[in-house]
Amino acid sequence: MTSPLQPPKKKDPQKRSTVPTLPPLGRSRAALGLTVAAAEGRFALQHCAECGTVQYPPRDACMQCLSIDLDWRDTPAGGKLIAETRIHASPDPYFRERLPWRMGTVKLDAGPVALVHLHGDVARGDRVRLSLQLDKAAQGVIVALPTERTDAMEDDPLMRSLTAHPRHRRILITDARAPVTLPLIQALLKAGAAHVFVGEAESWRRWPGRDAIAALDNVSIMPLDVTDADSLQNLAGEIGGKTDILINTARFIRPGGVLGNDTVFARDEMEVNVLGLMRLAQSFGPGMASRTADGTNSAAAFVNILSAHALSPDPGYGAFAASQAAARSLSQTLRAEFSHSGLRMMNVYVGPTDDEWHQPLPPPKVAPAALARSIVDGLIEGLEDVFCGDVARDLAERWRRDPGVLERELTGGGS
Amino acid sequence: MRRLSYDGVVLTAPVTVPYVRYSQETAHWWIARGLRGVLDRAGMRPQELDGFSVSSFTLFPDTPVGLTQHLGLTPRYLDTIPMGGASGVVAARRAARAVQAGDADVVACVAGDANRIDSFRRLLSAFSRFSMDAAYPYGYGGPNANFALLTDAYMAEYGATREDFGRIAVAQRDNALRNPDALMKKPLTMEQYLSARPVSDPVALFDCVMPCAGAEAFLVMREEEAERRGLAFARIDGTIERHNAFPDDPIQLRGGWAMDVDELYEMARCAPGDIDLLQTYDDYPVISMMQIEDLGFCAKGEAPAFVRGHDLTVTGDFPHNTSGGQLSVGQAGAAGGYLGMVEAIRQVTGEAGPTQVENASKALVSGFGMINYDRGVCSAAAIISGGAA
Repeated sequence: MTSPLQPPKKKDPQKRSTVPTLPPLGRSRAALGLTVAAAEGRFALQHCAECGTVQYPPRDACMQCLSIDLDWRDTPAGGKLIAETRIHASPDPYFRERLPWRMGTVKLDAGPVALVHLHGDVARGDRVRLSLQLDKAAQGVIVALPTERTDAMEDDPLMRSLTAHPRHRRILITDARAPVTLPLIQALLKAGAAHVFVGEAESWRRWPGRDAIAALDNVSIMPLDVTDADSLQNLAGEIGGKTDILINTARFIRPGGVLGNDTVFARDEMEVNVLGLMRLAQSFGPGMASRTADGTNSAAAFVNILSAHALSPDPGYGAFAASQAAARSLSQTLRAEFSHSGLRMMNVYVGPTDDEWHQPLPPPKVAPAALARSIVDGLIEGLEDVFCGDVARDLAERWRRDPGVLERELTGGGS
Repeated sequence: MRRLSYDGVVLTAPVTVPYVRYSQETAHWWIARGLRGVLDRAGMRPQELDGFSVSSFTLFPDTPVGLTQHLGLTPRYLDTIPMGGASGVVAARRAARAVQAGDADVVACVAGDANRIDSFRRLLSAFSRFSMDAAYPYGYGGPNANFALLTDAYMAEYGATREDFGRIAVAQRDNALRNPDALMKKPLTMEQYLSARPVSDPVALFDCVMPCAGAEAFLVMREEEAERRGLAFARIDGTIERHNAFPDDPIQLRGGWAMDVDELYEMARCAPGDIDLLQTYDDYPVISMMQIEDLGFCAKGEAPAFVRGHDLTVTGDFPHNTSGGQLSVGQAGAAGGYLGMVEAIRQVTGEAGPTQVENASKALVSGFGMINYDRGVCSAAAIISGGAA
């Protein structure tokens, strides 16, 4: 049984923080399919389109029929642990710091055999459920989990390293006024977050809902404006060293296409949605990236919320969609920059949210509480690409299939 | 079709370049010494050699092509056997065919590797694509972890105990104490074996080989050529080679030998009972047990009982890894795949000196190589016998 994680002691500022090391990073091009699936929380393996063989490790041709027509499909995740070991010696710096390390051999119901990480609650002979997770090197790895939930199973040290679970962590949400913020605070506290800092721009402006947030225990409202580099610098100086998860809820959105509008709102959209993200990353990112190996409340994730139309624009929100595409591109660069530290860059793609700026749109629309749940689930599961709501999932699926067709459909070409 | 015999071709001039734990010297240096050793024994100059077969992990950025220029050779037969522990047997059987066909007169088979501080870690990190994608990210235990998993499954399946594996390691240490070139110089007791520091459960320190630098070499030539040069020689009675056998076995409890063993004895016109000594590839004791089973010395799963019932030392009733094997001599990279072959040639030609098994005329040498992902892929074996027999 996993022993529940205890709240960490207060950090001694005199002590050196452990410098993050990473597990082995190199992968073949074929193996990156595991990473893509892990980022989305799917268990996908290579299937031969010709003969149906499921194979692992990933190859460039089918091991049964030599077809090169291989694709990644969701795969039954059951298997049996047929051998296990506890490694006491490793030349790799990451694992050396974490010895002994358990791993094992699993015979998958789907056919192949995989070497896997072992959750503490599984042993040789057990039926297991496999999960693809991103490790600290941001690469997909297979983990064998108990088939049934066990007590405190997410507190297993392996799972802590593979997820960004909010338990005992301190979290900064950047915009208190965003509709998602209140339900998000509640979901984070329920998941065991130690403290939630909430940013508030233009604090002299009164707004409904402030009292409800201010009244919560373990929640502090802090001055923060993503368009103001000074305010970010000040706040990072104050809480940057104890921000374990940052969730950017700041967003500026106005409806309308490109031709009928001037550039005033577009400028605000870029200022908040793109440059705001960049400023946040610049002021909080390096500090978080240096603290990814800092014990129980180590820095774990930087979360960005994007419209699913970052993938392909909705002409009804032309400039906003452009800001989302730009923010997505920026976040992918940040993901690359953070990957050297083990800090996760999580993008949460969401369809139209149920708020004043999407008021005339028909359902389905994403309720703030549903978005909050997706974010917290993504952290608990250790994802990097989360698609919240039916619209976002559907859009992503069509985008994967054919971005050109999706564009034409969204711009009125389809029926 | 019935396979051709190796009639008229012999193995000769076995040479070991004594191993060193760490060395600043390169693979080129070790291979040069091995090559010089065999040529000196045959009374040949490098320029006269027309066949060359090389096994090495640490020649980078060179290949054996670069070695020809580096070492001043002008061969008409040049081969490289990248099969780790199967290299010795495979090099011998291929060179034998080349000599038999007249493609070369004399083939020098040489394996050698460097071992600088940290070179083992760097060798591991570029070993294979499946290792990089699907083994190293899981604790980076290297071959120790792979063999720990095989050992764990073997113990669970057949009821083998740590003490059974210990019998192999302890007997080999006993043999190594007779071998002045073995890196391990101190006796090993069963208590020491059992209480050794764990490396990757159930594998502990004395189940593992010590990486080192060194070289092994021998020559392949026609029988009359060996006689003309006054060299004692061994004949090749039979050989087998197999890669990626039993790919559907979920975990490796048998190797490719099990596919081909009948052919081996048929070609060699003998039976397991006729074998005077066995050289298994012993990177971990569990693999030696698999070879004892798959090569027909006992049934599958009975090797634990077999090692309990036999004395595996030089003077015992089942002499096994008579030089001490890699477990006690050291593993000099690809030379580890030559160790058993070179010692077996010495044994059947009566040149083994302090490790000589009395009346040894027929030896079985087995090779096993290359953990590409979760198991060893290459297996090979040869039966050789002394020229006088």
